[in-house]
Amino acid sequence: MALKGFLIQRALNMAAILLITVLLTMAILGPSADAILKRAIEQETRTEILQNKELVGKFKDPGELEDYVKSQVQGRISSMGLNDPWYSPKRLWTIAIRVMTLDFGQSYYIRGYGGSSNVRDIILESLPRTVLLFGTATLLTAILGILIGAAAAKRAGSLLDKIVMGYAAISNSFPLWWIGMLAILLFSYTLRIFPARATPPIPPADPAYPAALLYHMALPLLTMVSMGFGGWAYMVRNLMVGVLQEDYIMVARAKGVPEGRILYGHALRSAAPPIVTMMALALSGSFGGAMITEAVFDWPGLGRLYWEAIGLLDVPVIVGLTYVSTLVFLLSVFMADILYGILDPRIRIG
Amino acid sequence: MSALPVGSLWKEYRRYRSGLAGLALLASLLALSAMAIALVPLDAYGQWNNPSYWSEYPKAAPPAWVNYITGLKLPEHLVLKDPIIDRSAIGRVKVITHTFRFAFPYEAFPDDFVFKFSLKYGASPPLVELSAERPDGVRMLLARSAMPPRSEGSEARAYDSAIFSTDRNLRVNLANHLAERLGILASPDGISPERMIFAKGGPSMADGGTGVLKGDYAFQARFFLLGDQDDVISSSLVIGGKVFGLFGTDDLRRDLSVGILWGTPIALSIGISVAVLSALIGLAYGVISGYHGGRLDELMMRLNDVAYAIPALPFLILLALSLGRSLLYVIAYLILFGWVGIAKVARSAALQIKAAPYIEAVELLGASSWRVIFRHIVPQLIPYAIANIALSVPAAILAEAGLSFLGLGDPRVPTWGQILHDAQLHGAAARGLWWWALSPGMMLALSSLAFVMIGYALDRALNPRMRGI
Repeated sequence: MALKGFLIQRALNMAAILLITVLLTMAILGPSADAILKRAIEQETRTEILQNKELVGKFKDPGELEDYVKSQVQGRISSMGLNDPWYSPKRLWTIAIRVMTLDFGQSYYIRGYGGSSNVRDIILESLPRTVLLFGTATLLTAILGILIGAAAAKRAGSLLDKIVMGYAAISNSFPLWWIGMLAILLFSYTLRIFPARATPPIPPADPAYPAALLYHMALPLLTMVSMGFGGWAYMVRNLMVGVLQEDYIMVARAKGVPEGRILYGHALRSAAPPIVTMMALALSGSFGGAMITEAVFDWPGLGRLYWEAIGLLDVPVIVGLTYVSTLVFLLSVFMADILYGILDPRIRIG
Repeated sequence: MSALPVGSLWKEYRRYRSGLAGLALLASLLALSAMAIALVPLDAYGQWNNPSYWSEYPKAAPPAWVNYITGLKLPEHLVLKDPIIDRSAIGRVKVITHTFRFAFPYEAFPDDFVFKFSLKYGASPPLVELSAERPDGVRMLLARSAMPPRSEGSEARAYDSAIFSTDRNLRVNLANHLAERLGILASPDGISPERMIFAKGGPSMADGGTGVLKGDYAFQARFFLLGDQDDVISSSLVIGGKVFGLFGTDDLRRDLSVGILWGTPIALSIGISVAVLSALIGLAYGVISGYHGGRLDELMMRLNDVAYAIPALPFLILLALSLGRSLLYVIAYLILFGWVGIAKVARSAALQIKAAPYIEAVELLGASSWRVIFRHIVPQLIPYAIANIALSVPAAILAEAGLSFLGLGDPRVPTWGQILHDAQLHGAAARGLWWWALSPGMMLALSSLAFVMIGYALDRALNPRMRGI
């Protein structure tokens, strides 16, 4: 019963946060986006009509033509639902409801590879690529970090430990996108080992596409893993050092349990809840991709889509992406909480 | 959470060598900031985005120290602005001499040179003569020209002019020099002045075929002035080289050392102001929420959840695009996302401390809630706030750099991120202009490293289980 109540409360909480996020996005974008969009529509309609010589010929009076243009512009504006100001409750409410049900409408400018302007299709097209690159990178980073962190914790204070800690501090303070720039400079242009642009030059339908994608993915993946595992190792090491000082570890040692089993069987098991939580959050973070990293490596994922949409002020795409990344984040926090409960009986609810 | 007063925190902290190294790094960054403010003219920094200000500088020149690494001895770009000035007179004619002396120990010829000057004269036009004196004692006349005449009886006014190495009149003079001294008849079109002036004497010196003559050179400009009011206002000589300064120049001829040195105080003030203000706001928010409890606590924590769940970078970009990107705004946006974490920690600490019996005792003694908060709860949180500040400074510096890298920086205040943005925009990676991308990023990395090291050491000093390991 308590579990059910907890779940309902969490779901309501999440819905409220999502609603606020959508409204905030609208509030920030609304005023400037509406003005820009209306101007663009007017210009587009005007040139369209003026280029149609036959139509222009029908009007004898320039004033009449002007009236016609204005009525056409007005028609298009109202058909796009831009008649009301952005803060009108009607517009906000319809948008909020539609967004919450994953209906993001049509994009203004950005098109998918098939030419689709449906925002959901466009997002779903980029999502797998981001998950592929950032998901793989996150998993490799975490595994490498956990192994190295555990090894450092076992020999806390040793040379290995000091090197790991130093590397963690250094790699944590280097901006990933800057290292990416240097990696491209070195490996793509100077040594010519990897391609500079991460987007394969062949269409996705080509059978050689997956292999090309993997080859193009190598440089960003290597950069991310080598810059990322230090932070993980640092965190895991600190958690494990704490656990290794517990009495029961001393008991296990006194009993003669092999050191490897103490480390991975006992200590890592105890440190697991926060590590799993971190992993869930990192994986969810990888869904949003990293805008700057994707921009540097020219990786065709969600981050770059976000960046393009912001540059073009393509409001439906921005709203859709903001919603999706917030949703994924909240779901993974939720899952991390439940996992924490499963792994750590002390805080199990209900 | 054990209380650890600031004094004993320092005692614990100074046992960590990495923490002390972090402090030393921070101190050197502060010294660098002071140096930048004192030595690099603010004017140059303010003119960062004005291309005409940088016209005297070389385009995309690597730093001068690459000569030591490659052993190539490429000529350094020289901007000489302080000539030795000498005044004399021949009858009624004032003769002012500006002499520029410089060493030229390089193994390649300069790209070009330009002599700029500014005169003040009235009705009678002055005469300018430029010559070069070489290490081998040979003196070459480069140019002799009269300034344009002015109408009779006009007031003395300023006039700016320049002599370029590409001027045809220079080639003619050098061809005459060859004919008179070496008896070589050469067409002026076959002469390249920037090479011949710096070449060893010999039959093929016209195009530098004899190699570079290393040594001390002097370029001398003589101004013959006829009016009483006439004077030389200033002059400068630029020898166009292939390498420049400590950090090189970018594609837009900007001296990168100006942007990189000035970037230090800017980045530090962004990082520190964002971190300190976020920590103060978060601390106050969390303590009030936790201490007050009840509905207010619930409301404040829900608000905190929202701020925590909002994707930060996209919202930063949206805010910068729609509200403006002045540096103060950017700092405000970063604070908007910076207070969330510490608020949560402060709240749980406040909840714990509030439940302690001595707080109950203080309350029974009639202490106001403000007194309890500021005398008993906040002091215990200060060490954690310091650790939090140390770790959020690099986050703020890197966030601002990221925004600037995406092209959303304040155009009036160039930062390291903006230099990297320009490097990316002009294809620095593809064109091998490594110094353009390397040094600003290195400065970013060093500044955040200083705070990360301090933060890690504080982290260990504060956590009793980590102490001494």
